[in-house]
Amino acid sequence: METYLGEKQQASQWSPYINNGGSCLAVAGEDFAVIASDTRMSLGYSIKTRYSTKYLKITEKCSIVSSGMQADIFTLHKVLKSRAQIYEQKHGKPMSTDAVAKLVSRLLYYRRFFPYYTFNIVAGIDDEGVGCVFSYDAIGTLERVKYSASGSGSSLIEPVLDNQVALKNRNDIKKEDYKLTKENAIDLVKDAITSAGERDIYTGDFVEISIIDINGTHEDKFELRFD
Amino acid sequence: MFRTQYDSDISIYSPEGRLYQIEYAMQAVAQGSTALGLKSKTHAVVVTLMRSSDELSSHQRKIFKVDGHMGIAISGLTADARVLLKFMRNETLHHKFVYGSNLPTGEVVSSLAMKSQRNTQRWGRRPYGVGLLVIGYDGDKTHLYQTSPSGNCFSYYAQAIGSRSQSARTYLEKNFKAFPELGLEELVLHGVKALKESSGKETLTKLNVGIAVVGKEQKFEILKPNKVQTYLDQILQTEGEIEIENENENEKDEEAETLELKLD
Repeated sequence: METYLGEKQQASQWSPYINNGGSCLAVAGEDFAVIASDTRMSLGYSIKTRYSTKYLKITEKCSIVSSGMQADIFTLHKVLKSRAQIYEQKHGKPMSTDAVAKLVSRLLYYRRFFPYYTFNIVAGIDDEGVGCVFSYDAIGTLERVKYSASGSGSSLIEPVLDNQVALKNRNDIKKEDYKLTKENAIDLVKDAITSAGERDIYTGDFVEISIIDINGTHEDKFELRFD
Repeated sequence: MFRTQYDSDISIYSPEGRLYQIEYAMQAVAQGSTALGLKSKTHAVVVTLMRSSDELSSHQRKIFKVDGHMGIAISGLTADARVLLKFMRNETLHHKFVYGSNLPTGEVVSSLAMKSQRNTQRWGRRPYGVGLLVIGYDGDKTHLYQTSPSGNCFSYYAQAIGSRSQSARTYLEKNFKAFPELGLEELVLHGVKALKESSGKETLTKLNVGIAVVGKEQKFEILKPNKVQTYLDQILQTEGEIEIENENENEKDEEAETLELKLD
């Protein structure tokens, strides 16, 4: 619409994307990985539902959590599930975690010019039995890391993980003396996402947490604040 | 009598109203080694005899998983079976992707039947030379279907296909009334006993017997050789048999063996 001065004012344009909020994180240990996500789905300042899963178990050794737009998360997970089955039928064995990580990257880049509004984290056990975490951006940039957080609470969680897992900015403990045990990692992940739930309005309701090790995947669920 | 006049093409009927090419295709199924299936109220089982063309080669796989709730046992041209298997896998996966649930066994078998029939009425195509026994569990029911090159498909309580399958079928006909109430273990035992009827002089070992199960709270699973051995042991125990080697029968089977190389 034009103002009396003759300038054009942009009306707010329709966007195919919305953000449904929520937080995800994953931590890799020496022979295990812990992956967690909350289940709140929001729109603006409202809660659409208290339980909408952001987690998908792909194989016994590998899972994915995604934050962002629920529609894209749902579709991406559907596609991933089908692709994992096709792989298993073709090769007679489940996908390795490295293969899943690469596949996710390619699926995302395939939509380079109309991306999935998803911020994914893939975690699991690699072929050598070592825990691994892969983090992505919306178009599939892939990086293997020791820990990662994504979603609305990521800016609250990531510094905690920096301090507790990578031991950054700490003067009280030496890296050589420190080993991340499974119990510590689970507690850390639980505490981190609970703390995010305290301050981030989009994180809350329930958390789905999974521990992946050589014996397979153990899934659990606990409550967060409902406010 | 008039067979050779009317069997040169799939599109030619005989005076009796038969399509000999389809019947010849069904012969290919009958040449494959035995595959049988049986079901109870809670489980469906397939048992197969896997041939190997010589001592150096592996035994030909006859059981394949289609989806978590469905699988097949084949008899006939393995290469054709692979094509149909790929088709079934695609159908079930597509259904799961679009509708989020398992494709009912009967529906995929119907699609398969349509596909098979198409090959009996298209220019330049030939019927698929393989028969499938499809087992599945969906809608709280067990299913067992047989498909054939003609495009016919039927549901069965129990069925056997392949060479010497009549002996297995006779055993199944005698015992099938008891099947619905049986547990998994007893059902598999019946299957193995039925296979024994049609195994002829071939001894059943964990390497040449294939067993797969599906059912309520049981995803389609092909049993590992060690598990197969436990069933074979039970059969041997009850019958107290020792393996017999009969050298006189070798000559008769030589002709059958040349066919074995190409089929199954």
